[in-house]
Amino acid sequence: MSAREQILGRIREALRKPAPFPGHGHGGNDEHPGHEHAATPALLDRGGIAQPIIPLRPSVAARPWLPPGGVTHQEQWERFCIASTELKTTVFEFGSIEEAHAKLREMAIAQAWTGVASHHGPLTDAAVTALALPTLFTDGGYPVNDLEKCSVGITECDALVAQTGSILVTSRSTGGRALSVLPPHHLVLARRGQLVPDLGTALEQSKRRYAPDWPSMISFITGPSRTGDIERILVLGAHGPKQLTVFLLP
Amino acid sequence: MTAAHQFLEQARKVTRDLRHRGLIQTALRKYEVKRDEKKRAFPDWESARQAAAEVKWDAINHLDTYLEDFVARLESRGTRVHWASTAAEARDAILGVVRERKAKAIIKSKAMTAEEIHLNDALEKEGYAVVESDLGEYIVQLRHEPPYHIVFPAMHLTRDEISDLFHRELGSAQTREPEELTMIARRVMRQKYITADVGITGANFAVAETGMISITENEGNARLTAALPKTMITLLGIEKVIPALEDLALFLPMLATAGAGQTLTGYNTMYSGPRQAGEADGPEEWHVVLLDNRRTELLADPEQRDALHCIRCGACLNVCPIFKNVGGHTYGTAYSGPIGSVITPHLRGLKDWKHLSGASSLCGACTEACPVKIDLHHHLLQNRRNAVVEDAPILERLAYQLFAMVVNHPTLWQFAKELGRTFQPLHRWVLRSKLDPARAWTATRDIPPMAEMSFKEWWRTRR
Ligand code: SF4
Repeated sequence: MSAREQILGRIREALRKPAPFPGHGHGGNDEHPGHEHAATPALLDRGGIAQPIIPLRPSVAARPWLPPGGVTHQEQWERFCIASTELKTTVFEFGSIEEAHAKLREMAIAQAWTGVASHHGPLTDAAVTALALPTLFTDGGYPVNDLEKCSVGITECDALVAQTGSILVTSRSTGGRALSVLPPHHLVLARRGQLVPDLGTALEQSKRRYAPDWPSMISFITGPSRTGDIERILVLGAHGPKQLTVFLLP
Repeated sequence: MTAAHQFLEQARKVTRDLRHRGLIQTALRKYEVKRDEKKRAFPDWESARQAAAEVKWDAINHLDTYLEDFVARLESRGTRVHWASTAAEARDAILGVVRERKAKAIIKSKAMTAEEIHLNDALEKEGYAVVESDLGEYIVQLRHEPPYHIVFPAMHLTRDEISDLFHRELGSAQTREPEELTMIARRVMRQKYITADVGITGANFAVAETGMISITENEGNARLTAALPKTMITLLGIEKVIPALEDLALFLPMLATAGAGQTLTGYNTMYSGPRQAGEADGPEEWHVVLLDNRRTELLADPEQRDALHCIRCGACLNVCPIFKNVGGHTYGTAYSGPIGSVITPHLRGLKDWKHLSGASSLCGACTEACPVKIDLHHHLLQNRRNAVVEDAPILERLAYQLFAMVVNHPTLWQFAKELGRTFQPLHRWVLRSKLDPARAWTATRDIPPMAEMSFKEWWRTRR
């Protein structure tokens, strides 16, 4: 018998005895054989949520109990900015693409950028052209040492999450796995419409966009790389970028 | 020396170490303030916990189905899945890949499961160099020590100790700045990432619906470990499965809040395969090793099955008065604190590890802290009960029988009292010495003097 069959066999054998459903006391109480409770009645009559015909997954029912992301765009943007301040992500909102490009050139001079890494996309292509610096495009493969030497990685994103101040990137839409973590500065170009209220919405949106042909990596980036491993004191730039900048474009 | 002796001896040493106490308490106080602040951002933390417990219940109680879904989806996208019944099988699977690839340098991101199976030792014994990339893990690796805590591996060290360590091992200049220390490690690690040919990671969740693993981290080291080496290996316990992708929207913020007092951890990344056609980078091949290692035995105990719901956030360690006093290394186990005390007897044998069930004040702080509502302190009690049923302590039982007899017979009780009153004054001559018959008690506690008169005697004098 293969290890796979052995393990699955042991699992099936073990599961013949039901375990009590959570919240129904402790101990092997046979009065609560569990499986019947899968519709989670306790969840459904909470907070005025009507009893649906198809029972809600607990994690979907839980949305109103998680930190809120805001309803209107304005609220969501405010939350994103508050979260970003706390995370030490720098955020700019621009009225036009030209303004954004001007800011980009200003940052390039102030931080003495020598080389830029990016990927092809409508926002990144325009930005890189405006910058007119030596540029490494990661699309289709690149020498790792060259990417490591770039001053900044400029990417687009799939979504900005108001609830947590996160940026959703993927290996397909934003230049691979390393572009957003290897250079010391990660700069994100996002469109106004990419702001979503919460993680749940971002995941649903990704599912609609990709499933079942997923990019091999999707990642929520929440602030610059950080560590607290030395006396629990916050240090930025542990392995990934020391600096994370978000440009919100119209 | 048995594990129980080792525990007692270590505990005795560490509880007296005031420097250790100060360090841990400062760190955990900071954590508590942050955690409470983040919990307040949840309109209803308690209901969210209940939902998390229910999702995990669903996953664990249909584990066979969800595991098969997870594996089928992974395999359909070119990932090689290895099933391992034991720690040895998991080590062999990983060693097999490493050998086949003729790996020269291996980079690893934090994985408690790898600690559980002593992976680094096995790799090093075969002559492979493994570097831990998580800063805390790297520090304890340089000290040849296991991680102190499942989330904060180096929380028992001061910046000075770390500076000395780096100075000794890496030849760096001494510094008191955590920032500079971090940058020293960053520079070392950069080169390692670029040269490593194998990257090993753990996983926090395995999503059945989409065939993805999810890794939570702050530093970006796991991101790089999964991006640059040609071969990627992920080791995870079979209990990591969750049913649906949207479940992550619940678990990721809860894990960050309970575990580290963060809204969300720096990087939460889902991997569904090796580099796909048209992608810029990523490993050419990905091996996922699924580990049982007696988790199915815990699964077979419906009373404690929910211990498999654990998402390894470390919250129960952070609030545990025992953990705070005896420290993480005293446990001598990969998983320490309340959850470690609950599961280690299942994973490594009740006989040798039952003493951990006593390492609890039964205050219940762990149960209250747990984001997936595992009934930790009752499980510790159940382990105590199971230990007694499995292996009854004869002397203790005799002592209690004797005690029961004495207290059930008034004349015997009276006699015992007289005996006590007569001989207690002599006790101080042997108090705390080797001859002290009550040494087990008096070594750390006072014995109050017996009252000159019992209530019964006093009552008689009143009449
Ligand atoms: S038992 Fe609960 S509190 Fe402890 S590590 Fe696991 S999930 Fe966290």
